[in-house]
Amino acid sequence: MFAYILRRLLYAIPILIGVNLLTFALFFVVNTPDDMARLQLGVKHVTPEAIERWKAEHGYDKPLLVNAEAEGAAQFTDTIFFKHSAAMFAFEFGKGDDGRDIANEIQTRMGPSLAIALPVFVIGLMVNITFALLMVFFRATYLDLWGVVLCVVLMSISGLFYIIAGQYFIAKLWNLLPISGFAGGIDGLRFILLPVLVSVVAGLGSGARWYRTIFLEEIGKDYVRTARAKGLSEVRVLFRHVLKNGMIPILTGAVVVLPLLFMGSLITESFFGIPGLGSYTIDAIQAQDFAVVRAMVFLGSFLYIVGLILTDISYSWVDPRVRLQ
Amino acid sequence: MTRTVILLLGLGLLGGCSDSWNNPYPGSPSDVNVLYSAFGERPKHLDPARSYSENEAEFTGQIYEPPLQYHFLKRPYTLVPLTAEAVPKPRYFDAAGRPLADDAPAAQIARSVYEIRIRPGIRYQPHPAFARDATGRYRYHALDAETVADKRQIADFEHSGTRELIAADYVYQIKRLAHPGLSSPIFGLMAEHIVGLKALGETLQQAARARPAGKLDLNDFPLEGAEVVDRYTYRIHVKGKYPQFIYWLAMPFFAPVPWEAEVFYAQPGMADRNLTLDWQPVGTGPYYLAENDPNRRMVLRKNPYFHGETYPSDGSDEDRAAGLLADAGKRLPFLDAVVFSLEKETIPYWSKFLQGYYDSSGISSDSFDQAVQFSGGGDPQLTDSMRDKGIQLVTTALPSLWYVGFNMLDPVVGGLGEDRRKLRQALSIAFDYDEFISIFLNGRGIPAQGPIPPGLFGYVEGVAGLNPYVYEARDGRVVRQPIETARRLLAEAGYPNGRSARTGKPLVLYFDTMASGPDAKSRLDWMKKQLDKLNVQLVVRGTDYNRFQDKMRKGNAQLFEWGWNADYPDPENFFFLLYGPHKKVASGGENAANYDNPEFNRLFERMKDMDNGPARQQVIDAMLEIVRRDAPWIFAYYPKSFGLRHGWVMAAKPNPMAKNTLKYRRIDPRLRESRRAEWNHPVLWPIGLLALALVALIAPAAIAWRRHERKTA
Repeated sequence: MFAYILRRLLYAIPILIGVNLLTFALFFVVNTPDDMARLQLGVKHVTPEAIERWKAEHGYDKPLLVNAEAEGAAQFTDTIFFKHSAAMFAFEFGKGDDGRDIANEIQTRMGPSLAIALPVFVIGLMVNITFALLMVFFRATYLDLWGVVLCVVLMSISGLFYIIAGQYFIAKLWNLLPISGFAGGIDGLRFILLPVLVSVVAGLGSGARWYRTIFLEEIGKDYVRTARAKGLSEVRVLFRHVLKNGMIPILTGAVVVLPLLFMGSLITESFFGIPGLGSYTIDAIQAQDFAVVRAMVFLGSFLYIVGLILTDISYSWVDPRVRLQ
Repeated sequence: MTRTVILLLGLGLLGGCSDSWNNPYPGSPSDVNVLYSAFGERPKHLDPARSYSENEAEFTGQIYEPPLQYHFLKRPYTLVPLTAEAVPKPRYFDAAGRPLADDAPAAQIARSVYEIRIRPGIRYQPHPAFARDATGRYRYHALDAETVADKRQIADFEHSGTRELIAADYVYQIKRLAHPGLSSPIFGLMAEHIVGLKALGETLQQAARARPAGKLDLNDFPLEGAEVVDRYTYRIHVKGKYPQFIYWLAMPFFAPVPWEAEVFYAQPGMADRNLTLDWQPVGTGPYYLAENDPNRRMVLRKNPYFHGETYPSDGSDEDRAAGLLADAGKRLPFLDAVVFSLEKETIPYWSKFLQGYYDSSGISSDSFDQAVQFSGGGDPQLTDSMRDKGIQLVTTALPSLWYVGFNMLDPVVGGLGEDRRKLRQALSIAFDYDEFISIFLNGRGIPAQGPIPPGLFGYVEGVAGLNPYVYEARDGRVVRQPIETARRLLAEAGYPNGRSARTGKPLVLYFDTMASGPDAKSRLDWMKKQLDKLNVQLVVRGTDYNRFQDKMRKGNAQLFEWGWNADYPDPENFFFLLYGPHKKVASGGENAANYDNPEFNRLFERMKDMDNGPARQQVIDAMLEIVRRDAPWIFAYYPKSFGLRHGWVMAAKPNPMAKNTLKYRRIDPRLRESRRAEWNHPVLWPIGLLALALVALIAPAAIAWRRHERKTA
């Protein structure tokens, strides 16, 4: 298994270079270093000299990909792409255009993102699976029918509506929780409850319906009939056998997103004032801060690759027939 | 049972922290002398050499002290000393260095010298950069990366110190404007005015290239235009006559920076922890930045070493009647701390304000109708629900202008020919900005009559100040000219009924804009509708920020929308936007319309060097007549700010020019505490209802399950 993981990690290197190159190309198709300088320096009294000085200060005064004036390897190393990308493979992200250390920011913001994303993931998974199993238990009855109707209704409503409704009723009208904000430690609990509750409810419709489909497919298989023939109760059949065998598709969806939980949720973080990584990325895009955008895309890609490897590993864990070679 | 325990524990946690479950400030009692505010966008720079945004000035204005400030109450805006002993009067010298009289012609003046004497005894905020040990050596000026590794904020340093403010700190900061590593936004402008600043910038750039790893010690680089006279006096030498320079001395760009702070922050490992002067300012102001987490909240605390300014006692009769002189002579600042929380969205901001968790608020379009209604006379008034809460409405006209510019290089709308002039005048009448203000701004604007906004010298209110090419006086009121006048002007311009008299083709104009989204669409549709009145077609060319800027630089736009906030309260700061040599296409300047009228340019050069008075007003009137006739801009509106504050926030006069006004703010924390308690009782019945609903949902399922299990058995 170790050799398999190592091989997968080595495969990741060209993928990450490709992602980096793509991000670089997309970013600089839309923005030039001059545009970035103008945005940072503001719209008043900006002289061409000031732009040149800003570019020199931030390392954007070199050619993008190929330096025709340089010789040898420097043709490729003395460029914006190389100078701003090579260090990332050592997870050295440098500084944003506002002068703040990106690694420090990621480290600081990861906690708040996880504080929301992790409970939403765990509670959401439990609630969705439980609700799906209940619908399967009562399949072909009015409870199943109304469960599916409820799921479709929940799916059809915009995520923003849940946030606004949650804030309006729970925080504003009933004064039960703070409408937004964040705090560390035990004080943070009161700020986390509302976004977690809203996110779990918002994800219930699609999640439960997806798991119901998986479980319904499993429940028609022979081993389920055998289990019932052995005299096992329906609850045991569902929770011991169907759930376990339905784990592979569940893991495909769940484990792969596990590392991405670090990246945070944009809308939730923005509306609830959570100082996480989701809002960091969007702020950077709006501010044309290439250093931050590039770092976050790199990190996202890396975590996605890690997620895929973890998914493969988890397959072998839940299904002994799967072997990683 | 377990669930009940968890629920009770959770509720206990919520309830135990404070009386109100929804209190977003856990651990902070509401009866303390602290103002609660918010910021929507995190500041990018807090270094006074770099910071230039309004949202940054909210912090730097309280922390840093330039030599001058704006009087809190007086209008028109008046400069008064802050750390200086007096507002300096420039001394003039000719090219040979001989002194000239105060009223010497500007052409003779080769150099203006501003001598500023600061008051002794002013001290910096507590900061580890000043901390010394028993032997007098700086404790934290020779740290290694390992020692810094466990420091996350300034408070992590055990010791702090202070020192007296001296003239050299001001000179040091002026040199910092030329530092190549700081990219000061005003370096280009100041290099044109301060003697030797441009040369210093070049020298520093060469020095930085020569030793890329080393730090530049600005004390090693003299600046001809800034000299220390004695411990408390310094001089600034300005090229020629530049009367507006005095206003720059009221901005943080000219605030003092102690060299100790730069040495402290330059140590290894500091920048990696965001411990830089750009994020951890060091000033002499009434407040210092005690907590700086721009991702969540920033806290200003009272500077224990503040030099003891008092509330002004000279205000107008209106100020006295409004209770604005009640605190006259009292020591500033009134507040112990100000907590700014990051609030990006308007809905939570507004809700928290109504719950009493923010002491003041702006009014977004979404909540405008809930907060404000207009009386029969058109005056804004609070709605009953706001009045019941004791909320007060504060309105003020901002020293800003929005306009629609014509590219004067454009073959269709540009040029100074009579036909193009009439075309622009016709379009100026057609764009009914009175209607725009009513529809899109909820009345938060004043139709503009020229480039000078209210509150600045040169602005004339009412009928006497109307733009006669767009408005007319009717029954003592200023009203827009009828659309028939616009149609007539359009015909005279060669486009009868919106078609070219020469070719018969319809007149099509192009409007370049960065605006996008549903809100922008309705505004753009409104603009098209305005020109429909003249049978002229308007094509909107939406673009992003970068492309828009590029079009403006290259002169590829035809019509565009732009705005300007005053840097300082002088008409020069608006007229220079129309000064020919500042054309954007030719020089990269701020004249985005590329307007170039020799007569206007000549008057501008005269007006900018004049002192305020009847003679200057006469020149301004002549300039206004020219730009109104030429109409290079459609003067759209001067924005008005509407703000709300709770009853526990004492009366304060809005002063859009001054950024250091937090020191004048006073609150009644006890009233706030009682109001918060009254407004934020938790409503518990929904929890019971939810429990009942869950039982109602689960019970049939449980019954069905039992039935199912029995059947299986």
